[in-house]
Amino acid sequence: MALFIIKRLGLALLVALTVSIISFVLLRTSGDAAIAIAGEGARDIDIEAIRQAYGLDRPLAVQYLIWLGQTLGGDFGQSLYFKTDVVDLVLAKAPVTLLLGLLSLAFALLVAIPLGVLAAVFANSWIDRAALAVAVFGQAMPNFFFALLLVMLFSITFRWLPVSGSGSWLHFVMPTVALGYYAAPAFMRLVRAGMVEVLSADYVRTARAKGLPTRTVVFKHALRNAIVPVVALSAVQLGYLLGGSVVIETIFALDGLGFLAYQSITHKDFPVIQAVVVMLSVIYVLLTLLGDIANAWLDPRIRVA
Amino acid sequence: MTRPILEVANLSVDIRTAGGTLQAVRDVSFSVGRGETLCLVGESGCGKSVTSLAIMDLLPRAATRRVSRLAFDGVDLARSGKGAVNALRGNRMAMIFQEPMTALNPAYTIGDQLTEGYRRHKKAGAAEARERAVHLLEKVGIAAAGDRLGQYPHQLSGGLRQRIMIAMALMCGPDLVIADEPTTALDVTIQAQILRLLAELQRELGIALVLITHDLGVVGRIADRVAVMYAGEVVENGTAAEIFTHPRHPYTQGLMDCIPLPGRTKPGERLGVIPGVVPSLVGGIQGCPFRDRCPHARPVCAETPPVKTQGEHAWRCILEDA
Repeated sequence: MALFIIKRLGLALLVALTVSIISFVLLRTSGDAAIAIAGEGARDIDIEAIRQAYGLDRPLAVQYLIWLGQTLGGDFGQSLYFKTDVVDLVLAKAPVTLLLGLLSLAFALLVAIPLGVLAAVFANSWIDRAALAVAVFGQAMPNFFFALLLVMLFSITFRWLPVSGSGSWLHFVMPTVALGYYAAPAFMRLVRAGMVEVLSADYVRTARAKGLPTRTVVFKHALRNAIVPVVALSAVQLGYLLGGSVVIETIFALDGLGFLAYQSITHKDFPVIQAVVVMLSVIYVLLTLLGDIANAWLDPRIRVA
Repeated sequence: MTRPILEVANLSVDIRTAGGTLQAVRDVSFSVGRGETLCLVGESGCGKSVTSLAIMDLLPRAATRRVSRLAFDGVDLARSGKGAVNALRGNRMAMIFQEPMTALNPAYTIGDQLTEGYRRHKKAGAAEARERAVHLLEKVGIAAAGDRLGQYPHQLSGGLRQRIMIAMALMCGPDLVIADEPTTALDVTIQAQILRLLAELQRELGIALVLITHDLGVVGRIADRVAVMYAGEVVENGTAAEIFTHPRHPYTQGLMDCIPLPGRTKPGERLGVIPGVVPSLVGGIQGCPFRDRCPHARPVCAETPPVKTQGEHAWRCILEDA
């Protein structure tokens, strides 16, 4: 198990490094940072001076290595727009996004697991079809559109929830639902497919033959085996949810990393964008690693070997 | 005669398939006395396993069961609630399945799977259940029983797993054990061991055993009574002695000729073959299902054959004594 974790950790580092290289190259080729820094209407000579001051005239590979060195030393540079340390900025916003991601994941699982189990236990009945309808609806509808529907219903019609901001827990309700509902169908279909297969397994029949009540058979013997792939998907989905938070946070003006990324992109704030991308990719990679470890722990055939 | 532990009367099972309704089991009746061994014999696909699953109420969802009486120790299971059936299942009636490789849950330890039924039915604590599990693992011939409890199914061989399935069936001290071809999936050398073990335990513990098999050699050694199934019907039913010495139904006779039996097969004699194949069970079957393969078939066989009896011996054939 220790060797397994070390191997996966090495792989995770490689992935994070690759992402940082790709994002660095993409950002640097998407526009001239020096022009962005100098601002509109700057003279050519000023832009050239900035280019030299920031080392933007050097080869891309050298720039990257310098950036990597600084980053590994904990120095992400200064925000061009907010005029503060990028590290402080990112660390201040990260908890909101992480909270939103976890809440949405929890919401998605809370909706998807019971629905998936019900759909499998009553496969091909009206319950199954109703669950499928919920899933198709969630997957077919863009989450920004669903978010707007929620705003219309709960903020404008009923006036129960605040439209935007991140002051209280009430501000998290609609973003969580909008983001989580989008992730739920994938889980639901995975749970349903797994359960349908597992429920006809020989060991489930053995469990029934022991005279165990249906809920023990379904939740202990079947769900435990059907849930294994869900754990891995949870980690990956949480990554998507963090990515999806860019849209949702912007709609609800929820002051997290996603909103920050949106603001930085509009203001060509390269150091911040770079930091957010690296941060999200590292989180994503760590989550996938966590999913692998959890998977291994859940399946004794992997754990013991 | 004391009350039988298991009475099955007019059991039929229909299975819905893409090609139509499969009449997997038709009008099957038999009973098993306390401490008795009944062997259910027949070719693959003749409805033996479906019959056993129907008794335990473990049929797949596509199957429907109809039965006029299905009584365990006088209690009609067909008219009992789910809770009442669950209170008996795994407790006083237990089942051993054909496929030990997949019949154990890969996610839980042997100990957990052995003890969960016992803890539920006997309201026993963890320590007591564990002690019982160790005792039974030793009884089924598993060394280092205590260590096995912490292991997972994938760490054990097929033979060991089937021993564990047997121990699991015996945990609550059942009155009836149904074993559905418990050795088919095992190596030949292990098969003999497992069957000997089952027979010994059955005698020692006084359990009634319904053994489903197509191995007539085994039947000859351990059966008290034999029910021969063909195409979903019990075509002959009687004590083992009667069936072996005086088989009445042509199908049973054909089966007997297919295997070398001491005292029946002469040295150098060729073993028999039953020509033809089992008829499709989709849709209705008219008349005797064996008539296309039967050496004694006559026009009258196109009608439903009568059930003839002689003492405890019963057979579905127009022949008095073939």
